[in-house]
Amino acid sequence: MNPALNSAAATMNTGMAPVATPWFFYALAGAAVISALFVITRRNAVHSALALIVTLLSVAGLYLMLYAPFVAGVQIIVYAGGIMVLFLFVIMLVNVERSSKERQFNRIWPVGLAAACALMALFVSALVKGRALFPERLVKLSEGTNTQDIAKALYGDAGRMGQYTFAFEIASLLLLVAILGAVIMTKKKI
Amino acid sequence: MPNFVMSYLGSTVTPGQAGNQFWALMYVLIIFAGVSVAVMAMNWLERKALAHFQIRLGPMRVGPHGLLQPFADALKLMLKEDIIPTEADQFVFWVAPLIGLLASFTVYTVIPFGPSQAVSDMNIGILFMLGVSSLAVLGIVVAGWASNSHYPLIGALRSSAQMVSYEVAMGLAVVSAVLMTSMNASGTGTLSMIGIVQAQQQQGIWFIFKFFPLGFIAFAIFAIAMVAETNRAPFDMAEAESELTAGYHTEYSGLRWSLFMLAEYAAMIAVSSIAVTLWLGGWMRPFPNLLQAPAWEFIFSLFPGLTFAGLAAIAFIGTARMPAQSFFRVQRIGLAVFAALLGFIALLLLVIAVAGRTADTSVAARFREGIDYVYWFVLKVAVFMYLFIWYRATWPRYRFDQLMRIGWKVMLPIALGVLMLTAIVGVIVS
Repeated sequence: MNPALNSAAATMNTGMAPVATPWFFYALAGAAVISALFVITRRNAVHSALALIVTLLSVAGLYLMLYAPFVAGVQIIVYAGGIMVLFLFVIMLVNVERSSKERQFNRIWPVGLAAACALMALFVSALVKGRALFPERLVKLSEGTNTQDIAKALYGDAGRMGQYTFAFEIASLLLLVAILGAVIMTKKKI
Repeated sequence: MPNFVMSYLGSTVTPGQAGNQFWALMYVLIIFAGVSVAVMAMNWLERKALAHFQIRLGPMRVGPHGLLQPFADALKLMLKEDIIPTEADQFVFWVAPLIGLLASFTVYTVIPFGPSQAVSDMNIGILFMLGVSSLAVLGIVVAGWASNSHYPLIGALRSSAQMVSYEVAMGLAVVSAVLMTSMNASGTGTLSMIGIVQAQQQQGIWFIFKFFPLGFIAFAIFAIAMVAETNRAPFDMAEAESELTAGYHTEYSGLRWSLFMLAEYAAMIAVSSIAVTLWLGGWMRPFPNLLQAPAWEFIFSLFPGLTFAGLAAIAFIGTARMPAQSFFRVQRIGLAVFAALLGFIALLLLVIAVAGRTADTSVAARFREGIDYVYWFVLKVAVFMYLFIWYRATWPRYRFDQLMRIGWKVMLPIALGVLMLTAIVGVIVS
């Protein structure tokens, strides 16, 4: 066994710090913002939906960078994989040709602009005095046990109720009611 | 330089865990090349096997026994005119095949060919695989819509409805396998692909046999759903040629069409890998715990070499059986060279098996282990790939309403029941 091999194996085992992190962040954030702009500027609804998929995937990438792989995976499987397929499914049944040529008939864009400006002001203020608002040091998250930690928070550990078990069960009951409602509304005869 | 290579070959972790971009890139390139070659081989095998099922010969003209047919096909597809219909949505039509291709190839980052033979080991491995492979349906839907034509649109609608429905049963079957990974002392399960195989090794049983017949039923549901997910016969409603010409890719031609085919076959290999990882012990050889002795280890490590030796023998027999006419001389020489190549690989693998027979941490031993892992994994996946062909040759296509009824009213309740029973049995046992 030669020593060079040992040291190389040691560096491989300990792992290195992630590189080019700012690059990944700016690329993903830029992709998210630009594709979000496309979502609202495209006249063709399918193009908007495709741009929205890019936005959702970029946000999933940002979650990964925040050491939250489970949220990133769920973002991809639920939003990009499930909901967007349904979106496209519905959009295809709509006459895209005609709706893209129609003039916009509601005039609420000033309200939207005001809301967007207010949100922007909030973000800028958070950026300016961010040091006071946010904790000095971020909590060290362990990427390796992320899913297991979420499971413990949701379902509890070793016979005890988790922190969010009750809220989780209520949410799932609500979803069950919604599913039953959808079935009853679509089925004439059960 | 050789030292670096040696240390990589002797590594015990995946390049993703080690944070080594260069080695990860090497893995990506190797896997990309391997999958592309596998798709070509699968193309040839499918045509040959289907032909033999129907008592035909299949491709025989290009190369000995049509062995060069995939290359001829690839060349033809690349040289064909790339037609984009005038009424089509140009950009979306252009980007649609790439979506499917990206989705099918991205999942290979987490497929574990061995405990360290994967690009990366993610904490959310199986979730990532299911999520990203579910993006492939977007490519199909968008392709059908962008073609601006009736048959592709109907094919795309069918395909999206089918894939969304079968994803539910598939996901539930996967969850019941993930539940089984938590049957250990700590009671903590895992979603990591490598972790799932290691859980099977620790528990000393493939999950297909665990809580018999629960594991087997979950596996069967997954095995059916994955055929529907990849739009293969008998669930190929999206491209049913007797009803929809070619379904969602009717308007596609040339290279763009071949990208769809590449994505479909890559997705087939990927879902087969999920099935192998979750239920069939992934990279493990048969009886890794029971037959642990070094002698057994050595015997099993001879298998890769013997497999190639068998293939070489078949090729040599084919050479000998070629008709003795001057017309066949080139083909005969070609097949002989191919057989010699296979024999050389067999010899190489046998030499590696003998050189690395000691179970220590030397590079030769670790390299031999790596070859064994990849061999058993690929062998199991190959069985599934053959099953895909077998299904296609055997079963008639489903009607669309039958397909949806099976998906929602048979597979989903069974998957839910198996999931609940697995949880109950797991609680009772542990």
